[in-house]
Amino acid sequence: MSVYLFTTLVALGSFLAGFLGALTGLGGGVVVVPMLALLFHVDIRYAIGASLVSVIATSSGAAAAYVREGYSNIRIGMFLETATTIGAIVGAYVALVVSGSSIAVVFGLVLLYSAYLSSRNREASGVAIQASPLAKKLRLNGSYPTPQGIESYNVTGVVPGYGLMFGAGVLSGLLGIGSGAVKVLAMDQAMKIPFKVSTTTSNFMIGVTAAASAGLYLSRGYIAPGIAMPVMLGVLAGSLVGAKILVKVHVKILRYVFAVVIVVLGCEMIFNGITGRL
Amino acid sequence: MTSKDWNDQRIEIIIGSLLRAGVMLAAAVVLFGAVLYLMRHGHDTINYTMFNGEPGALKSIPAVLKGVASFHPRSIIQFGLLLLIATPIARVLFSAIAFAMEKDYLYVVITLIVLAVLLYSLLGSAG
Repeated sequence: MSVYLFTTLVALGSFLAGFLGALTGLGGGVVVVPMLALLFHVDIRYAIGASLVSVIATSSGAAAAYVREGYSNIRIGMFLETATTIGAIVGAYVALVVSGSSIAVVFGLVLLYSAYLSSRNREASGVAIQASPLAKKLRLNGSYPTPQGIESYNVTGVVPGYGLMFGAGVLSGLLGIGSGAVKVLAMDQAMKIPFKVSTTTSNFMIGVTAAASAGLYLSRGYIAPGIAMPVMLGVLAGSLVGAKILVKVHVKILRYVFAVVIVVLGCEMIFNGITGRL
Repeated sequence: MTSKDWNDQRIEIIIGSLLRAGVMLAAAVVLFGAVLYLMRHGHDTINYTMFNGEPGALKSIPAVLKGVASFHPRSIIQFGLLLLIATPIARVLFSAIAFAMEKDYLYVVITLIVLAVLLYSLLGSAG
């Protein structure tokens, strides 16, 4: 394939990934790696390096908008980043020693799990949470705007949440994704942080987590400019356009379609990983 | 919301805007490199099926800067990607300063730990 053709096709595919990722809130990173590996037969390590770069671009690019809404909790984010960044470095080192096939299988399983998570309904528990002593010591409790005015919340489950965050970091460094789904799981389910606060704080953490492994990927030669360039520009442009266009009516259908795409890609990754084609 | 929370948020919005500017600058550099790259190598054939690792000129910060100085398209792209990787690192650095201004020393320490991990990844592993 010529450089022209490869660059154009990858940029278009990445644009679509970023666009759908922004509209559905599922993030574009998860489809970039399967797209490169399955469609363009790019070695999975190069694909992961390129994806990491695009994850940083979307997370840093959207940070201002998220903070302005007043949901994200900087202390929770920063405290948990000590877990995700160390996890990300561990994940990047693991990626160096395991085979591309096993990475593909793990990637497929994570895709299936993300699709399952996004299909579940989220309901507010409504039960007042007692803040744990550790959460108090770390000043994690906060407040956020709701239709009924500013509401404060307490945080619990700091230790299991921290452990899950470490795992999210490992997955991020191993697979080159934002691991937004696991991050939200840790905050929303384990630490009982309100869902809106969890999702926005997660977005704010994703860029820092990805940067922790991106440095290692770069110095090991996993970041190829010829691949990362169309991916980064495409995903960034797609997510910017996606964030501008408000097609609220169709978001439910879109989420459904995107979830189906993720399931298909997940199965493909597992199949190709097991048969040793990736 | 206490005035402390509000201050937190105002600082974060300023940081967020700086980050956005950083991403846009990085994207502009990558785009510039991309145009040069396509002009010079657009008709080359590529194959990324096998992982060979990128050459040394694209793997460390000094080597990338050297390539930029001699106007190598792929080095310019890589420099743009380095700028991008630097944006979250800059955000953590700004947060550390913001926590120090609030005299929240517990969080200054926590933030510096995150910063140390990030710098280790980018600089410490380059050897």
